[in-house]
Amino acid sequence: MTLLTKDEAFALLKKVLAYSKADECEVNLSGTNNSNIRYARNAVSTSGSVSQFQLVVQSAFGKKSGVATINEFDDASLEKVVRRSEELAQLAPENPEYVSILGPQKYAEAITFVPATAAITPKMRADAVAQSLQTAKESKAVAAGFLEDSNGFSALMNSKGLFAYNTSTNTNFSITVRTEDGKGSGYATRGYNDVTKLDTKLATKIAADKAVKSAAAKAIEPGKYTVILEPAAAAVLLERIFFGLDARQADEGRSFLSLPGGKTRLGEKLVDERVNIYSDPLNPELPTSTWNGDGRPQEKISWIEKGVVKNLSYSRYWAEKKGVKPVPGPDAAIMEGGTKSIEELIAGTKKGVLVTRLWYIRDVDPQSLLLTGLTRDGTFYIENGKIQYPIKNFRFNESPVIMLNNLEELGKPERTVSVESNANYLLPPMKIRDFTFSSLSDAV
Amino acid sequence: MKRRDFIYLTGMGTAATLIPGIPVVGRPIDPMQLLESIDLALKKRMADVALNAARSKGATYTDVRIGRYLNQFVITREDKVQNIVNTESYGMGIRVIANGSWGFAATDKLDNDNIAKTAELAVSIAKENSRLLTEPVQLAPQKGHGEVSWKAPIEKNAFEVPIKEKVDLLLSVNDAAMKAGADYVNSLLFMVNEQKYFASTDGSYIDQDIHRMWPVFFITTIDKATGKFETRNSLSAPVGMGYEYLNARPQDKIQGVTTLYRGRYDMLEDAKAGGAQTKEKLKAKSVEAGKYDLILDPSHLWLTIHESTGHPSELDRVLGYEANFAGTSFLTLDKWKSKNFNYGSKLVNIVADKTQVGSLGAVGYDDEGVKCGRWDIIKDGILVNYQAIRDQAHILGLNASQGCCYADNWSSVQFQRMPNISLQPGKEKKSVDDLIKGVEKGIYIVGDGSFSIDQQRYNFQFGGQLFYEIKNGKITGMLRDVAYQSNTQEFWNSCVGIADESDYRLGGSFFDGKGQPSQSSAVSHGSSTARFNGVNVINTSRKIG
Repeated sequence: MTLLTKDEAFALLKKVLAYSKADECEVNLSGTNNSNIRYARNAVSTSGSVSQFQLVVQSAFGKKSGVATINEFDDASLEKVVRRSEELAQLAPENPEYVSILGPQKYAEAITFVPATAAITPKMRADAVAQSLQTAKESKAVAAGFLEDSNGFSALMNSKGLFAYNTSTNTNFSITVRTEDGKGSGYATRGYNDVTKLDTKLATKIAADKAVKSAAAKAIEPGKYTVILEPAAAAVLLERIFFGLDARQADEGRSFLSLPGGKTRLGEKLVDERVNIYSDPLNPELPTSTWNGDGRPQEKISWIEKGVVKNLSYSRYWAEKKGVKPVPGPDAAIMEGGTKSIEELIAGTKKGVLVTRLWYIRDVDPQSLLLTGLTRDGTFYIENGKIQYPIKNFRFNESPVIMLNNLEELGKPERTVSVESNANYLLPPMKIRDFTFSSLSDAV
Repeated sequence: MKRRDFIYLTGMGTAATLIPGIPVVGRPIDPMQLLESIDLALKKRMADVALNAARSKGATYTDVRIGRYLNQFVITREDKVQNIVNTESYGMGIRVIANGSWGFAATDKLDNDNIAKTAELAVSIAKENSRLLTEPVQLAPQKGHGEVSWKAPIEKNAFEVPIKEKVDLLLSVNDAAMKAGADYVNSLLFMVNEQKYFASTDGSYIDQDIHRMWPVFFITTIDKATGKFETRNSLSAPVGMGYEYLNARPQDKIQGVTTLYRGRYDMLEDAKAGGAQTKEKLKAKSVEAGKYDLILDPSHLWLTIHESTGHPSELDRVLGYEANFAGTSFLTLDKWKSKNFNYGSKLVNIVADKTQVGSLGAVGYDDEGVKCGRWDIIKDGILVNYQAIRDQAHILGLNASQGCCYADNWSSVQFQRMPNISLQPGKEKKSVDDLIKGVEKGIYIVGDGSFSIDQQRYNFQFGGQLFYEIKNGKITGMLRDVAYQSNTQEFWNSCVGIADESDYRLGGSFFDGKGQPSQSSAVSHGSSTARFNGVNVINTSRKIG
C-alpha cells in the first residue's frame, strides 16, 4: 500500500471535516504496512504481510462524544462515517472528563521515516534470515528468530484548525541461538528506524557466542549480587518507571510516586544523582513522532534529572483540573550514561553477575514497584574483572527504584528493544550492587 | 486484542492512566451491527474463490478463514462511565502449502479480484520461503466435514442486553465497593463474539458462532495516614457464556471465609466484599517467610495450572518453535517416551478438553477444521501426551491432529494454542473444610495475582488476591505480602489432597499471549481446591525512599 503524502492527507481530511455538523470534530487518518518473517529449528516457520488503512472520526456535542471508523474513501462513505459518529455521540452518556479539542499547534519536523526501510521486499527479509541461519549453522547451533518491519503515516485534523502529519519506519529483530544439546542459549535484539543499520549476521554471531559460552552452567547460591545489566535487560525493568510517570495515579495515592497525605514525589530525589532520564523526539538514534495521539506537541522533556523527579505526564483533563501544563507521556525514553563498554564494566568488577536478558517481568507490589522475573539466555559469573564461568539462571525480586539507588556505574548508551513491550529505548549498560536474586531456575 | 492493548484500554497496569481511548483492534461500529451476521452462501462463495485461486497457482493445500470479530467494552470508574466501545474486525486469512512450505496472506477487501490476489500472494510467500526449509510440511490426514455448523450453547446473547443495563450494573458495583470502604474502583464488562467460517481443500465448510464474556473490577483503598494502599480484584472468571453468567442463583454461591462462585457470578455482592476486604488487607499481618502447606482455591489454582502444565505441554514449545520468545519446555520428548516421567503425585490427573460447556476454549472445530475432543495430558502423575496440530501429529505417532489450532484474528496465521487444561477432582469425597482441617501451618489462597515463570517452565512465583493464615486446622485471619515460589515438578509432587467434584470450578485467561507477532487466546482451566505441602513462601514487602 502506498502511503498518503502530506498534501493528499490534508485534502482528504478537509473533505471529511466539511461533512461535520457537530460542535467539535476530530479526524485521524492512518495507514501501515507490517511484514514479518519468523524462523525456528534453523528453518523458516511463518511469514506474513498485513496492510491496514483507517479513518477515525470523533464527533462531540457538548460533553457527549462518539467515534466511528471506515476504510473506504469515496464521498458517500466519508459522509456516512461522519454521520455515524454524530449519531453515536448523541446516544452516548455525558463524559464529565471530556476536554474540548486543541486548536492549531506548532510541531517540529520528525525524522522518523527512512526510505530504505519502507522499500524492504520479501526477498530482502528472506536473505537477512538466510544470513542469520548460516551464522548459527556455522556455530553448530540452532537459531530461532523474528524479523519485522513497518512503514506508515498518520495525520490528524480537527474543526478548530489543528493539522498534524507524520511518516515513520521501524524494524525490530531478535534472535535466540541454542546449542544442539540444549545446554546453552544466547540472545540478541536490535531496533532501528533505518534497516541499513541492521546486521542480522553480527547479532546472530553474538547470540551464538553466548549460547556456546553459556553451556554447562554452574549453580551459585541466590542472594544479593552486584550485577551488570546489558541494555536489553535494563529496559524491561526501567520501562516500568517510564510507564508509571502518570500524575493522576500519583496524585490519587496509588503509585510508587505517591506520598502520604495526597502528596507526590514530584520534585523529590527518587534515585541516585547520576540518573538522568529524558525523552527527545528529535534524537537521531531514537527519533519518535513530534505529536501525540490527541495532537499535543511532543518535545524534549526531562523526567528524572540528577535523581530528582522533574516532570510527570498528564492527560489533558487532569492537567486542566490541576492547573498545570498538559505534558504528554513519552513515546520513548533515553537514559544518559558514560563511555565504557560492557567489557570495560566487567573489567572493573571484583565479583558480579553479567545479565544478558530478563524475562517474564510482572509487578509484585505497585507501591514499591517490586517486580519479579528471571535471567535468561546468557548469565555469567564475574570475578576479578573477568567472566569466569556461566551460571544457572535466577529468579529476581527487585524494584527498579531501589536498583537505581544502588547504582555503581553506567556504560555507553545504545538503542535496545524491550522483550516485554516491544518498545525501543536508548539505555546504558549498568552496574548495580545488591540486586536481589531470590531462587535458582533450571531453565536454559 | 493483545494483553497490553487491554491494559492500555482499561488502565489495569502500572501505567494505569485510565485513558478512555479508542481500542486499537477492530473498527468502532454501531451497537446494532453487533447483532448482524454475514450470509452463509456469500461466505462459501468467497472461500471458493480463494481455494480455487490458490490451487491454480500451485498450492497443494489451502485453508481459508473468514472472520467477523465483535467486541463490546463498557468501562467505568467510581461514578463515571469512561467509555463504551463497539468494534468489528472483518476479513479473510488464506493459508497455503506450496513447494512444501507454509505461506499466509490476509485482506479486508473481500471482492473476488482482491481475494484471488491475496491467495496468489500467500502462494508466492510460500514459494519464497521454501528455500529456507529443512523438511517439507507434513499434514496429518483430515477428512472433509462438508457443510457443518457449531454454536456456543449460550442462554442470553450479551450483545442483546441494552447498554444502559450494563452501565447501571457497573455503576452499582462501583457504588457498593465505595460504600464498603473503597477509595477507587474501576469496573468493566468485556464481551466477545467470534463469527468464524473455515473452508479447506479437504472439503470442509464450517460455520461457528462463539461467545465469551468477562466482568471484572479493580478496587484500591488507601490508608491516608501512612499512604499505604491495597487492591482487590474481582473473583469472577472469564467464561464461554452469554449474559446469563451475571445471573447468579443461590446454588451458584459457595459460602465460607469469603463467598466464591461456581458457574455464575454475583458482581455486586463480590464488589461489596472486595471493598471491605481491601480495608481488612491494610490491617492484615505481613507474612513471615518460610515453608507453608498451601490450600489453593480454583480461582487461584487455574493460573498455576495454566503456566506450569498448560504451557510446558504445548508441543511447539517442546520442539523449539517458540524458543525466541515464549521459550521451550522441560517436558521434552524423551520424558514422554519413557512413560514414567513423574510430573506430579499419583493424585494429579490433568486433561485437555475443547468440548467443556461454558469454557473459553470450547469450539466444535479448531482453526484447521479438526473436530475437537478430550484427552489425558498427565495420568496418575505421569506425562502421557501433549497438545498438537496437524503438522505436528506425526511427531507423536498420531494419525490425526488433536485440534489445538487457533488464530486470534482473520489477519493472524493460525498455530498451536492451548486447549482447556484442567486438574481432575479428587476421587474420594472431600470438602475444602476437610482439606483445611488437616493443615498445621498453612495459607489458604483465593484469587489470582502476580505471576511469573521461566522460559522452560521450571521456576515459578505466584501471588493472589486474598490470603488466610491456617493454624492447627483453622483459619485464624488475613495475611498480606504473600507470594510462593516453587519448581513445577516439585510442586505437583507435593499435591497431597484434592477436593471432590462438588467443588470443581473453572478459571481462565482472556489474554494468553504467545507467538511473534504476539497473538492472544482465551482458555479455561478447571480444578477443585487442592493442597500442596511445604511450599516456599516469600514476603514481598519492600520500601522505597
